[in-house]
Amino acid sequence: MKTLLQNREVLLAVLIVVLVLMVGLVTHDFLQLSNLLAVYNDTSILIILALGQMLVILTRCIDLSVAANLALTGMVVAMLNSTYPDVAVPLLVLAGALLGLMLGMINGVLVWKLGIPAIVVTLGTMSIYRGIVFLLSDGAWVNAHEMSGAFVSIPRTELLGIPVLAWVSVIVIAVMVHFTRHRRLGREIYAAGNNPTAAFYTGIQVGRLQFVAFSISGLLAGLCGYLWVSRYAVAYVDVAAGFELQVIAACVIGGVSIMGGIGTVQGCVLGALFLGVINNALPVIGVSPFWQMAVSGAVIVIAVIANAKSERKAGRIILKKAALQTR
Amino acid sequence: MEKIMHTPSLPKLSLSTRLFSWEFFLLLITAAVFVINSLASPYFLDPWNLSDATFNFVEKAIVALPVAMLIISREIDLSIASIIALASVAMGFMAQTGADSALIVLAGLGVGLLCGLVNGLLVTRFQIPSIVVTIGTMSLFRGISYILLGDTVMKDYPQDFAYFGQGYVYAMFSFEFVLFLVLALVFYLLLHKTNFGRRTYAIGNNPTAAFYSGINVARHRLILFVLVGLVCGLAAVLLTSRLGSTRPTIALGWELSIITMVVLGGVNIMGGSGTIAGVFIAVFLMGLVTFGLGLLNVPGIVMSIIIGGMLIGVIAAPVLLKKFKNRKPGS
Repeated sequence: MKTLLQNREVLLAVLIVVLVLMVGLVTHDFLQLSNLLAVYNDTSILIILALGQMLVILTRCIDLSVAANLALTGMVVAMLNSTYPDVAVPLLVLAGALLGLMLGMINGVLVWKLGIPAIVVTLGTMSIYRGIVFLLSDGAWVNAHEMSGAFVSIPRTELLGIPVLAWVSVIVIAVMVHFTRHRRLGREIYAAGNNPTAAFYTGIQVGRLQFVAFSISGLLAGLCGYLWVSRYAVAYVDVAAGFELQVIAACVIGGVSIMGGIGTVQGCVLGALFLGVINNALPVIGVSPFWQMAVSGAVIVIAVIANAKSERKAGRIILKKAALQTR
Repeated sequence: MEKIMHTPSLPKLSLSTRLFSWEFFLLLITAAVFVINSLASPYFLDPWNLSDATFNFVEKAIVALPVAMLIISREIDLSIASIIALASVAMGFMAQTGADSALIVLAGLGVGLLCGLVNGLLVTRFQIPSIVVTIGTMSLFRGISYILLGDTVMKDYPQDFAYFGQGYVYAMFSFEFVLFLVLALVFYLLLHKTNFGRRTYAIGNNPTAAFYSGINVARHRLILFVLVGLVCGLAAVLLTSRLGSTRPTIALGWELSIITMVVLGGVNIMGGSGTIAGVFIAVFLMGLVTFGLGLLNVPGIVMSIIIGGMLIGVIAAPVLLKKFKNRKPGS
């Protein structure tokens, strides 16, 4: 039992269940299956983005441009749809995902080939991508009535009682579990982040894996561009503004080490769900939305303190005192 | 996020050559921007315009100075803009109680210092990477501002409080600008002429080695975080005084432009190198670019494309040049 509770994923899952039950005590409707499904559905985009971000963080990089990537692809897809309403939606989704992939590859190439630190690259591309949204749209919105019926309705369509949006996240989770556990590329990403020097000597190209991670993160952001715009039935410049921090927070809460090499898909998903439950629960128990930001900030701080304790044990530390003092 | 050794390490130029060339490079770009600006807009060279243009960037520039030192020591603070907001909110509440300007300023500085202390303690006591800590406190501090203010605005500041953000020294220069020049000198002396500054470089270059040479790394970093917080409080005083009001969205997104200024100034985001002179020039470069674009009626979000491109371009240029040189046969 003790070891079970020391396991981060179990602890997080228990925390989420307790949180849900507590909210359920105040508002009984919260515990209904349909509502819980709605909470999951609401968190789907965060889950997908967090999984992409996790790969990037595993390689010791960070992607601050995910939300801007999402906004740009979302705007492009929405504008395409409003100009050419006859183009099939799956084609648009594909176009969005490819555009997102391209934007991610730009980040990746700059990090890989030019050796610019990821935080600098994505800080730059974040404002560039967001600025391009403005140039493309001229600051105008694409509203619901300009979008075709299929474009808006597909993510809401229910299959087996669950919306397509939620299904997409389930599929992404499944693919990611397979990728990180059973694919060579996925294992190499862990190796590259865990000990780049060792990885280099085993013939793993660290830079190339960083590129791969950025590309996947971009691809998922592009996919989410469509999902976000169609779900809220509106595209504008500030779509998902500041969302990159939520995404990174989900990873951190889920136990992904910002120093690279450590993190699991299930942890990441639980981290995202934890934030999702909090965001959905606060209004339900009558807390003003102004609290939301402070609460999620406090949660992040508490989570990283918990992280710091579990992470430090990893590896053999020869110069213990120095390692403690300096990381 | 350390840069990794997948490429063989290149022989390093001596520090002074490299830094000199970087600042020289920045100066060239700044001069070019100045010329382009004066050609593009007839209003640019007006001394009054130029002087007033400083308002738009000196508040950020003041924060960039301690942040540069923090980044040199291998840490980062993403919560700076949120600290400014929270300090501004504190000043708003102080002003509502009818306090005089001195007390209001003290409240702003005090809250800034406290926020820096929180960041510093979290980073040094629990040994957590500062990027995650400050992503958390960034939401936390900003969130507290939202809780306290909701969607209201506070603007009951006393009349003489306006001097900090709107006053002029020697009729021509704004108080803010003069303060920035003084602070730049102070930080130049602190980083380049004192033991404290030397230790900052030592820590950034190799924290473990620094620790074993007797430097109290944790305490040093704690002091730097507190310093950043304090200066954020000062920036909050200037900004609040200039705007004459406080709302929870004040200084939103500033952390990115401040860190851009620092990185553009040649401070290595991985720690260990950078100069105040570089940051000083980068501040003017960004100020000139935004001012020039503003005169041409370019919207702010388009400026952000240019600044983002500039950030990547300026960092990439030396790397690309080196690659290009290496490609030539025989060299």
